[in-house]
Amino acid sequence: MKDKREIAQELYNTLQLTDNALQDSQTAHLYVNHNMVVGSHLLPGLTADVEETENGISMLFRVQAGRRIARPVHLCFGMLPAKGLQEIRLRVEIEEEAHVDVLAHCTFPNAVDIIHRMEADIVIAENAQYSYTERHVHCPSGGIQVVPHARVHIKEGARFRTDFELIKGRVGSIEIDYESTCEARSVLEMNARINGTGSDLIKIRETGHLIGDSARGVLTSRIALRDQARAEVYNKLTASAPFAVGHVDCKEIVQDQGVAIAVPIVEVSHPKAHVTHEAAIGSVDDRQLETLMSRGLSEDEAVELIIKGLLK
Amino acid sequence: MSILRLEGIRLVLGEKPILNNLSMEFWEGHVHAIVGPNGAGKSTLASTLMGLKGYRDFEGDILLDDESIKTLSIDERARKGISLGWQEPARFEGISVRDFLRASSGNKPLKELNEVLAQVGLDPEEYLNRSVDKTLSGGERKRIELASLLVMQPRVVLLDEPDSGIDIEALERIFDALRILKSRGSTIILITHSLAVLKQAEHAFLMCHGEIVDKGVVDKISGYFENKCIPCAHKNIPGSEV
Ligand SMILES: Nc1ncnc2c1ncn2[C@@H]1O[C@H](COP(=O)(O)OP(=O)(O)O)[C@@H](O)[C@H]1O
Ligand SMILES: [Mg+2]
Repeated sequence: MKDKREIAQELYNTLQLTDNALQDSQTAHLYVNHNMVVGSHLLPGLTADVEETENGISMLFRVQAGRRIARPVHLCFGMLPAKGLQEIRLRVEIEEEAHVDVLAHCTFPNAVDIIHRMEADIVIAENAQYSYTERHVHCPSGGIQVVPHARVHIKEGARFRTDFELIKGRVGSIEIDYESTCEARSVLEMNARINGTGSDLIKIRETGHLIGDSARGVLTSRIALRDQARAEVYNKLTASAPFAVGHVDCKEIVQDQGVAIAVPIVEVSHPKAHVTHEAAIGSVDDRQLETLMSRGLSEDEAVELIIKGLLK
Repeated sequence: MSILRLEGIRLVLGEKPILNNLSMEFWEGHVHAIVGPNGAGKSTLASTLMGLKGYRDFEGDILLDDESIKTLSIDERARKGISLGWQEPARFEGISVRDFLRASSGNKPLKELNEVLAQVGLDPEEYLNRSVDKTLSGGERKRIELASLLVMQPRVVLLDEPDSGIDIEALERIFDALRILKSRGSTIILITHSLAVLKQAEHAFLMCHGEIVDKGVVDKISGYFENKCIPCAHKNIPGSEV
């Protein structure tokens, strides 16, 4: 049987990174394979209380008040087997004035039939900053269902940013549901970049409530679809306080028999709040395509470059 | 020697004939200008030469090196050596100047990408990693368009209004870049309604209402600007009686 270190290394290798994060003493990390912590290294000011459950883990992740964690913390949730269920319960507490960036990887390189669920409660205290980048590494055949749900509370002056990327491998089915409440002068920024192919099904539901004076929120999604892939994006911003400002921005390139639905909802209930939205869905822009072709790129090469740009 | 020849091009958009029996000849290694007022059909002609969507169905023929390119796609024409600098160049989200130039160059090394940026008066340090998107000014985007043609070095370069959005200082850099293209053997076709740009050419065509109403050396055609003639179907153009 493989020991934990070997499993952690195997998960790491699927990520195709070159930073040697597992060996770097300045980089905190926590690696979970199914329901077992296979690697963990924490730094002063950072705690992770983990309980292994039947199909995953339950964790309280906390950054102490005023602490600034210099390098991104590596979290890795993975399953090396082909089948199974992984359930992650996460409570995140970023205390007053603390700063942390988390780079979370979800890796299912051999998935045939895997369900990955995450239920998260996130509290970002006054003037704290939390940035969460989630990258997925899936296998090319896409036998996976990813269901991340989170409730986020962003207190006064705090910032929360998420970047969700699924660019390599097949999506399978993904259902993102985030709901954030933003207090005075807080900032919410959510970005999703997803490349759907085959029979992929992508559902994104992001909601931000700008309830505090001068709270700001931007929800951005960039999606490329081909084959029979389908995407539904429901992004909603509500603003109920003076000088709350928000923007919802969704751009999708659809090819083949792909189907895209974008429903931006903005709800403003204060005369001094301002929320805008923008959605553009269509095939590749002719002018862009023709420009690249006039430089000698084939149509396929030009499309590839344009989509790469959209997802960058 | 002629490199590119148009024979009796007639193109109708909607119900309206936009190009009307155009026959033109362009000489290899020379700088040509096509001048004419707004709406004359200059950009339409450029689109037709490049084979853009909506401009492929026309009467007449286009010959490159005496061979018809009428049925070729845009990229096939590009690979035969024709390219176009657009009047209003496209913007690309997420594509850097470096990626755009590299794609245009057929993957030439970074050194050459830096070189062409400098040739159009843009500092490579500052511009290589910027996106070719809305954050560039019109003039910056035009110069990057020209840089992409410098690095591509097509045999025939069509430039649609190369000076639009360019300030007077930068205009000299644009003209320098044209000289570089010419010195490397490119045939240049400048589409313009500016006298300064016309003066960069050796030969010119005057176009009005989709027709060539005059042609000849630049001094002759520049009379059109000096006389402020309003071209019309009556062809009351200086020199047209010749
Ligand atoms: N797709 C189109 N359908 C109909 N008319 C068009 C179309 N595109 C351009 N035109 C018309 O063709 C004429 C020539 O336009 P254009 O080639 O852009 O002129 P120029 O570049 O000389 O200013 C104009 O009258 C314009 O309105
Ligand atoms: Mg024009």
